[in-house]
Amino acid sequence: MSSWDINPVLTIEHLTMRFGGLVAVDDLSFNVGRGDITALIGPNGAGKTTVFNCLTGFYKPTEGRIVMNRLNGEHFLLERMPDFQISAHAKVARTFQNIRLFGGMTLLENLMVAQHNPLMVASGYTIGGIFGLTSFRKAEREAVERACYWLEKTGLVDRADAPAADLPYGDQRRLEIARAMCSGPELLCLDEPAAGLNPKESAELNALLQYIRKEHQTSILLIEHDMSVVMEISDHVVVLDYGEKISDGTAAAVKDDPKVIAAYLGVPDEEVDAVEEEVGI
Amino acid sequence: MSSKSENFFTDCVKDAAMGGLIALALFSVLIGMKAEVASGLGGGLGIEYRWAAVAIAVAVVFGGRLLLNLFVWKTKTPVTEKAGSLMPSMSSLAPLGKYAMPVFLVLAVLLPFLLMSAYGARGSRQYLDLAILVTTYVMLGWGLNIVVGLAGLLDLGYVAFYAVGAYSYALLAQYFGFSFWICLPLAGILAAFWGIILGFPVLRLRGDYLAIVTLAFGEIIRVVLLNWYEFTGGPDGISGIPRPSFFGIEFTRGEGGFADVFGLDYSSIHRIIFLYYLILIMALITNFVTMRLRKLPVGRAWEALREDEIACRSLGINTTNTKLTAFALGAMFGGFAGSFFATRQGFISPESFTFIESAVILAIVVLGGLGSQIGVVIAAIVMIGGFEFFRGLEEYRMLVFGLLMVIIMVWKPRGLISTRAPSITLSGKKGKGISADLVQEGHG
Ligand SMILES: Nc1ncnc2c1ncn2[C@@H]1O[C@H](COP(=O)(O)OP(=O)(O)OP(=O)(O)O)[C@@H](O)[C@H]1O
Ligand SMILES: [Mg+2]
Repeated sequence: MSSWDINPVLTIEHLTMRFGGLVAVDDLSFNVGRGDITALIGPNGAGKTTVFNCLTGFYKPTEGRIVMNRLNGEHFLLERMPDFQISAHAKVARTFQNIRLFGGMTLLENLMVAQHNPLMVASGYTIGGIFGLTSFRKAEREAVERACYWLEKTGLVDRADAPAADLPYGDQRRLEIARAMCSGPELLCLDEPAAGLNPKESAELNALLQYIRKEHQTSILLIEHDMSVVMEISDHVVVLDYGEKISDGTAAAVKDDPKVIAAYLGVPDEEVDAVEEEVGI
Repeated sequence: MSSKSENFFTDCVKDAAMGGLIALALFSVLIGMKAEVASGLGGGLGIEYRWAAVAIAVAVVFGGRLLLNLFVWKTKTPVTEKAGSLMPSMSSLAPLGKYAMPVFLVLAVLLPFLLMSAYGARGSRQYLDLAILVTTYVMLGWGLNIVVGLAGLLDLGYVAFYAVGAYSYALLAQYFGFSFWICLPLAGILAAFWGIILGFPVLRLRGDYLAIVTLAFGEIIRVVLLNWYEFTGGPDGISGIPRPSFFGIEFTRGEGGFADVFGLDYSSIHRIIFLYYLILIMALITNFVTMRLRKLPVGRAWEALREDEIACRSLGINTTNTKLTAFALGAMFGGFAGSFFATRQGFISPESFTFIESAVILAIVVLGGLGSQIGVVIAAIVMIGGFEFFRGLEEYRMLVFGLLMVIIMVWKPRGLISTRAPSITLSGKKGKGISADLVQEGHG
């Protein structure tokens, strides 16, 4: 029994997602270990983003069960929850493959929006905030501090008052991670965080992810195409192909799995020959 | 070189001549002949020829086309581009924005006294009435700005809430004899209530669909008011709506009236001035609340919603509730303005709440620059004030006015004030404005 099966933060059981006739995810089951960095990999169109959309409530899965086990012992059935509650109560945060920042707002504002729910309570659902309650001011100061902390960790603090849309691509990716972390997640889902980064930025990203996992009791589930990132930082790799799980194990084990090699490099020539012989071409 | 420029000139002339020829063919029939009942022929139909008019028309076409060819269409350096650069640029206007707020505020507060000293009590009445009208639209613009400018929800039926506010006051006063000061909050609450009623089913729609449904809602309210004769008086409207009192003191002549209590000579202008200050205060409260909310989590959530709704949901923001609060709040301020409208007019009918009102309010918000508070003020002055200002031009008024709007939109496609001020900054300073090119307009 692998370590991720003993104390999983997220359990996905028999997840199936159909779009009309297309089966994007087919009977997928795996665990995400607490405190692990888990990588979900697979060729283009394998259904990785669809899995993310299911577990963050943007799609309602056709079948299956997704259980989030929080540190405080609470369990949430994510497939039954509306998307905003998954972030608010189940503490699952995510980033998007095509970055979704609030472009016309500053970096700081972006991170303040991420702390909407606690601030909303502190502002007495706005009523207290209008009259400038001191408890709200204190909560707001703390929120700014938390935002600054993450801006520092992502190296963006000197641009805090600049609009997010003005950032270079790599910085936008990091800001999206900072924003997700500001919502205080226990599971962070990253959709291709290293896409479009240069090798230096990619190395910085690795360090950031390691830091988050170590210091913040946040488990990470990431989709990644860049094998160097996957091999270097992940404890556990799940490989999807055409919506089905074809391999599941440590990075080293998955790397040598012939099924994975076939999926990535195409089917070996001998197999094609064998099939052709069978049908008689 | 010279042959080239000659070529260019003959080209232009040829093209203009072609245009003139077509004009001749058209105008010789359209303008050149006029059927007339000629009195000399004993009432029979005759044709009058007007070749001089045709010649003028053709000359205008030829000359106009030649000039356009020479300076705009065929030349490499069109004058229109230069004309564009003659307009003041964004950066030169930026300091204006900083002082505009206090200057406007002081002017607004002193306005009645300035007018009184300039035109006297009798002469200033007309200007005060205009000022009240403009301020009402400023308030409506600020109310709608919450919905359209901040939350990015395109609402084409805002006038419905204005109507709800006006009719709430009129009906409450008529059936229960409530005074203005009791009805004002009630009207706001009722309008907000209707905002929520409408919002629930509608706010799951986006963009164009939201616009169409809100437009329909505005019409439904008006049609109901028009047809529910027993209750609302239908097209006859409601008259005799009580005037507001100055905290219980009526603006009447004689014993116990406003002038008597304060030891002034009675003048009807007192009530006008009071109404002006009333709407000014109501508008300023709207502004204050909006500015305040922008710095609170709800306000930031509205703006985030306008930027990217999906990202909002991924951060745990209940987008339905957030949209509803924007809608209800905008509606509430519309309702306040509506009950002010009712008390000022003393008479309301459904005719005051047609779609054109919604369009004017929306135009003020868009022209001012989505989300900009001071922009709304300037746009309201330009639109409502300008409309009255051009009254002397009679039938050309609409034309001039339309031209003005086209020019503004060409010059500043994102509205007069097209920067967004951050709601919070780390440096503690006001922070640089964010160019509107980066700010999303929202998709419903
Ligand atoms: N909303 C949708 N409606 C219909 N089909 C969809 C929808 N979303 C995804 N699909 C389909 O599901 C399949 C898996 O898509 P998905 O985006 O999950 O792939 P992916 O593994 O993330 O690929 P990539 O590496 O290119 O991001 C694709 O064939 C896609 O066309
Ligand atoms: Mg994807």
